[in-house]
Amino acid sequence: MNRNQTTLRKQRAWTDILNESKPFLALAALLLVCIISNEHFRSPQNLINITRQVSYTGIVALGMTFVIIAGGIDLSIGSLLALAGVSGIMLMGKIADPAAAVLAAFAATLAIGILGGVVNGAIITLGKVPSFIATLGTLSIYRSLSLYMADAGTVSSSNDMFRALGSADFLGLPLPAWVFFGLAVVFGVILRQTSLGRHICATGANAKAAEYAAIKTGTVRFITYAIAGLTAGVSAFLFSTRLNSISSTDAGLSYELDAIAAAIIGGTAMNGGRGSIAGTVAGVFILGIISNALDMWGAPVNLQGLVKGSIIIIAVLIQRQKNA
Amino acid sequence: MSAEMLLEIRGLSKSYSGVRVLNSVSLSVRKGSVTGLIGENGAGKSTLIKCINGVTRPDAGEILFAGETLRRTTIESALRRGIVTIPQEFNLANEMTVRENIFLGHELKHGGVFLNHSAMRKRTAELLERLESRISPDAEVSTLSIAEKQIVEIARALNRACRLLIMDEPSTVLNPPEVENLFRIMRAMRGDGISIIYVSHKLNEVKTVCDTVAVLRDGEFVCEKPTAELTARDMASLMVGRELSRIFPPKPAPPAEDAPPALELDGVTLEKLVHHASLKLHRGEILGLAGLGGSGRTELAEAVYGIRKTVSGRILVNGREVRIHSPAQAVASGIAYLTEDRQSSGIIQTFPLAWNCSLISLRKYCLASFIRKKKENAAAEEYIRRFRIKTNSGATPIGELSGGNQQKGAIAKSLDHSPEIFIFDEPTRGIDIKSRGDIYSFIGELARRGMACLIISSDLEEVIGLCRKVAVMRGGTVAGILEDEHVNEKEIMYLATGVK
Repeated sequence: MNRNQTTLRKQRAWTDILNESKPFLALAALLLVCIISNEHFRSPQNLINITRQVSYTGIVALGMTFVIIAGGIDLSIGSLLALAGVSGIMLMGKIADPAAAVLAAFAATLAIGILGGVVNGAIITLGKVPSFIATLGTLSIYRSLSLYMADAGTVSSSNDMFRALGSADFLGLPLPAWVFFGLAVVFGVILRQTSLGRHICATGANAKAAEYAAIKTGTVRFITYAIAGLTAGVSAFLFSTRLNSISSTDAGLSYELDAIAAAIIGGTAMNGGRGSIAGTVAGVFILGIISNALDMWGAPVNLQGLVKGSIIIIAVLIQRQKNA
Repeated sequence: MSAEMLLEIRGLSKSYSGVRVLNSVSLSVRKGSVTGLIGENGAGKSTLIKCINGVTRPDAGEILFAGETLRRTTIESALRRGIVTIPQEFNLANEMTVRENIFLGHELKHGGVFLNHSAMRKRTAELLERLESRISPDAEVSTLSIAEKQIVEIARALNRACRLLIMDEPSTVLNPPEVENLFRIMRAMRGDGISIIYVSHKLNEVKTVCDTVAVLRDGEFVCEKPTAELTARDMASLMVGRELSRIFPPKPAPPAEDAPPALELDGVTLEKLVHHASLKLHRGEILGLAGLGGSGRTELAEAVYGIRKTVSGRILVNGREVRIHSPAQAVASGIAYLTEDRQSSGIIQTFPLAWNCSLISLRKYCLASFIRKKKENAAAEEYIRRFRIKTNSGATPIGELSGGNQQKGAIAKSLDHSPEIFIFDEPTRGIDIKSRGDIYSFIGELARRGMACLIISSDLEEVIGLCRKVAVMRGGTVAGILEDEHVNEKEIMYLATGVK
């Protein structure tokens, strides 16, 4: 019996490793298939493009991963991105000095992002409103505010420095990709190595036990929403520099779904308590590569959602299998 | 199989994720008899019951019911044969009436469509009359007392043409007159040819009401004997497998009177359930806190730990009044609390053992909020050695360990923040006998080193075995404090119930 248990444990250790590397194996396989099958896909310019495109949702997905691991959800993140972006560009138009204007826009975009997250966190933890409902409400509120501010249109900048940031790159990689990777490392370290990360996991895994263990679960959850708001702000700033403008109607639209999907595909448990930043990064790339490859293969644009949706469901089914 | 047997079980085995819970267990229940099923927590009683009533399926063995072999039993098929279980936590819909509950799932209908209320009301009234109860068929279940809810459960069982009634710890929530009434009903049912399996920890009750008694220990069948041949003490030894007194550590000497108590509660009152509860707990003392379920023991402990709000009264630690509004403040005041519900509030099952051990005291292992994992793991290894926790390493998720080892992990978690006062709430609920002995000896060792220990327990053997002094709660207040030779089952129950 004892030997049985030991082998059982060994097998389990292996299946654990296999389970945790599933998103990376899937990403590697996907990459391989796409590279072999399509010459346009494998062009360096296309690969760089994919990296840039996934960075905007990827940054938001990092914050979303924290929120989900702590047992919550943030549906408002895409609307918040639009609101923060619109606020930043509008403020920039009011400042004459170009450098000061860009700095002010940067600060305002981040501040609005954090503020939006703080409002979410306050409604959820102080008001004790379920996160799904609270952020469904703010999804509508933040979008409505940005539409009102921009008169349902697009706000543009005429600042050259701002525009230059949008096309900036370093060692061949565009700026948003650097920010995405940099934040991913920071978030990964926070989650794995710090007490905040441990408390986020504990809160999501068993809030009651965490509470009894003197962990301030309300504060922990509040922080995750503020962080998610911050990521929305960062993404909003990078996104608006890219286009030199931001649309109050389209910006960030359905980013929350992509971010949730990336986290789930990357192995974050929907009920919280477990997840990894590396997994989310893999999930972000899986989604980005699929949509790019479908373009390259000439698949109908309107059917891309079908593929994306199926992948999300399959990812959850695989997760369920693991838990059973 | 002889004609007078209703249920015969042979060689029943069941394992959960590689751990054997039942090992070749046998049991016979005669028609129209009451069989007591006794055993320690974790002995396999509930698993055996689940195999009989179709909640789970055994891995091996045979179950004969009324001469028929049961195969692929489901909850529905067991019910159809007349095997009805009344669980510890009743299965009643609180917002519905007694009548609706009794017919839930097999309502009487006109022409198979419309509910026939009058027929159901009449039948309910008949059943309740048979049980000599005055409950109205139209009363909402939420307005009933616990004893009345139990009667409703029994009426529902009778309505299902019950042949075998399984009752899981039916008396723990009842006061003595209610227990008497339950026994009267059980005897009447036995007279009608119904067989009853009566699961209980209360050996005196088993002795009173059961015809035969079956004993399980660590998943093994020990014996099945006529109750007349056994005393309650014999049953206890059969359950434990050795003399009871030997698993408890020696009791510490009475504390010096001049030192202020480590913990003093002075008229602690909560919004409900606890009124003016007062007690004193000294360093190095093991104080019992006994009382029936619902007497406010756990609520009082939760107030001390900052989970419930006090409306009046004082809590003093080492003679100084403290205000505790959160577990964090309790921990800062040197108070540790082992919760009664390990699964939901004591541990985080998916976390490794090491993470559970450091859950409260994580700051100790951090340098500028970065966790020093080497130090954390070393601390966990130390606990594994000290508490003899059976695990491969501190990296194993605690949920994969046995109940006893989980409990040791939960104790390690609370000890790791170096408390001076330790409140144990049901410290050995649902764990095997070996871990139980280990935990008793840790508690003894902690007390010798000066820890003030408060033991909340429904298990009187445990309270009597561990504590020289016992506070007994009744109706939300401390009804009395017993010391030395007065610490016995009779006097505790007298204080707990107010009835001689």
